[in-house]
Amino acid sequence: MSTPPRTGEAGPAFDVEAIRADFPALHQEVKGRPLAYLDNGATSQKPRAVIEALRDYYEQDNSNVHRGVHTLSERATAAYEGTREKVRSFLNAADSREIVFARGTTEAINLVANSFVRPRLGEGDEIVISHMEHHSNIVPWQLLCEQTGAKLRVVPIDDDGVLEIDEYLAMLGPRTRFVSMTHVANSLGTVNPVREIIEAAHAEGAPVMLDAAQSVPHIATDVQALGCDFLAFSAHKVLGPTGIGVLHGKMEHLEAMAPWQAGGDMILAVTFEKTTWNAVPYRFEAGTPNIADTIAMGVGLDYLRGLGLDRVAAFEHDLLAYATERLGAIPGVRIFGNAPDKSSILSFAIEGVHAHDVGTILDSEGVAVRTGHHCTMPVMARFEVPAMARASLAFYNTRADIDALAGGVEKVREVFRLNR
Amino acid sequence: MHDLRELYEEVILDHNRSPRNFGRRPAECNRTAHGHNPLCGDQVEVSMTFRGGVIEDISFSGEGCAISTASASLMTQALKGRSGEEAQSLFDAMHAVLVNDEPPDLERLGKLGALLGVKDFPMRVKCATLPWHTMGAALAGRDTPVTTE
Ligand SMILES: Cc1ncc(COP(=O)(O)O)c(C=O)c1O
Repeated sequence: MSTPPRTGEAGPAFDVEAIRADFPALHQEVKGRPLAYLDNGATSQKPRAVIEALRDYYEQDNSNVHRGVHTLSERATAAYEGTREKVRSFLNAADSREIVFARGTTEAINLVANSFVRPRLGEGDEIVISHMEHHSNIVPWQLLCEQTGAKLRVVPIDDDGVLEIDEYLAMLGPRTRFVSMTHVANSLGTVNPVREIIEAAHAEGAPVMLDAAQSVPHIATDVQALGCDFLAFSAHKVLGPTGIGVLHGKMEHLEAMAPWQAGGDMILAVTFEKTTWNAVPYRFEAGTPNIADTIAMGVGLDYLRGLGLDRVAAFEHDLLAYATERLGAIPGVRIFGNAPDKSSILSFAIEGVHAHDVGTILDSEGVAVRTGHHCTMPVMARFEVPAMARASLAFYNTRADIDALAGGVEKVREVFRLNR
Repeated sequence: MHDLRELYEEVILDHNRSPRNFGRRPAECNRTAHGHNPLCGDQVEVSMTFRGGVIEDISFSGEGCAISTASASLMTQALKGRSGEEAQSLFDAMHAVLVNDEPPDLERLGKLGALLGVKDFPMRVKCATLPWHTMGAALAGRDTPVTTE
């Protein structure tokens, strides 16, 4: 594993106990054991500030946005649009109008597939993705290809779960219309060399979308430095509520895109003869938006920024190394994904035991992990397993959580009589 | 922990380790159905030789957790030689106990009683019932895949 970048000056010590105090859901017992929440890749827990932002909004500011001149509507609109600026700053985007609020990563990818890529796609054109994508970054492209006669090209991964970059470079060509790739793979933890991926695609004139659902919570994201054309993430994986997320798109692209869904808020003028679309980004936000959750998402991003993403990355890096060492030392444990550059995710199987049984036994020890195919069935096929168990870490996890995980895995071996 | 021991009882572990009537199709097999649990990826195929209203032979194959494997294995043992109606009625009895939480008739269930521990694990009940639903489809001659969702 490569060492993540560290901030120049040493910040104050990373006080996990103080941080944990901010997360009410962490302080509970499950099956009589202290909860070890290691399913952050599925969704993170929420700091009290986010929960309070939701309540405060409904108790104090609740009203519709962009519509009224009354005080509450003004407050709601200011908080909602203020969040756009927060997200811009979080991603270091050039302009807050480049920030489109969507329901989540899935909706953002579908929006780009339908509004940006579809009109530019013809028979024989190619879209490039990788073998480690989440289903939400496979199926929209597959559908689009079926409907247009375009071809889906899939970059293979090696036995360590690393993208075969040479294959990718060889795949790019004049027929490449679009590349959509995950920044961090949700079932393997692989951090992809996204700068290189983007530069190579641009050299062939192909725009690139990054699925940043698993990277935004763990790695500082600078869309200008990355040079990506589109980027998507979900608030619920990064301390915020469910049902809201972000699409970042370069202004030139968004300006050139037609709306995907139509209704109120996305128009400037409507007659029965012709409707004039509203400006970017409102053009893509038809209907009354998810106001409270958007505002709370901004509060979650503020929280993460307050901790410092470099410190978060360094802390999680140490914890992942510890977890890898602990699980790796248990006989019969197979770890999937051994990329040199990995983030926060540890997928594994126990020889002779189905992941579903592992999940149940870990739960009985208070340890929450994901089990199943993680919406990455091609990855399961690549490693020839029906399912994996996945521990995914956050900055509020401790070595005690990892010890509980390792103890749980020992328990699985005991229940299944593997020690004999 | 008590619950866990009931879920993974010796009989379950044994049938998971060495499933009976597994991996081969019966000779002159004339009924087959597939079952799938999309949540966990469990796949099961149940095949039988059904003649004169009787399950002369029955087997299963596939990939699943300990609960679904043991359930399928115990099921094939329980159903071999039974009539179609008996099989259906045993399926109904299992369903009543596992899904509708009715009190079990332990004598009637026999070895299948080992599966009752799953009742305390609502997320796992479908693992136990999938092979049964698949058997029901095979018996009825339906070849559309059964899914738990
Ligand atoms: C890499 C990746 N992409 C996309 C998604 C889909 O995110 P959502 O379900 O929030 O739209 C996920 C989450 O499961 C993910 O891990």
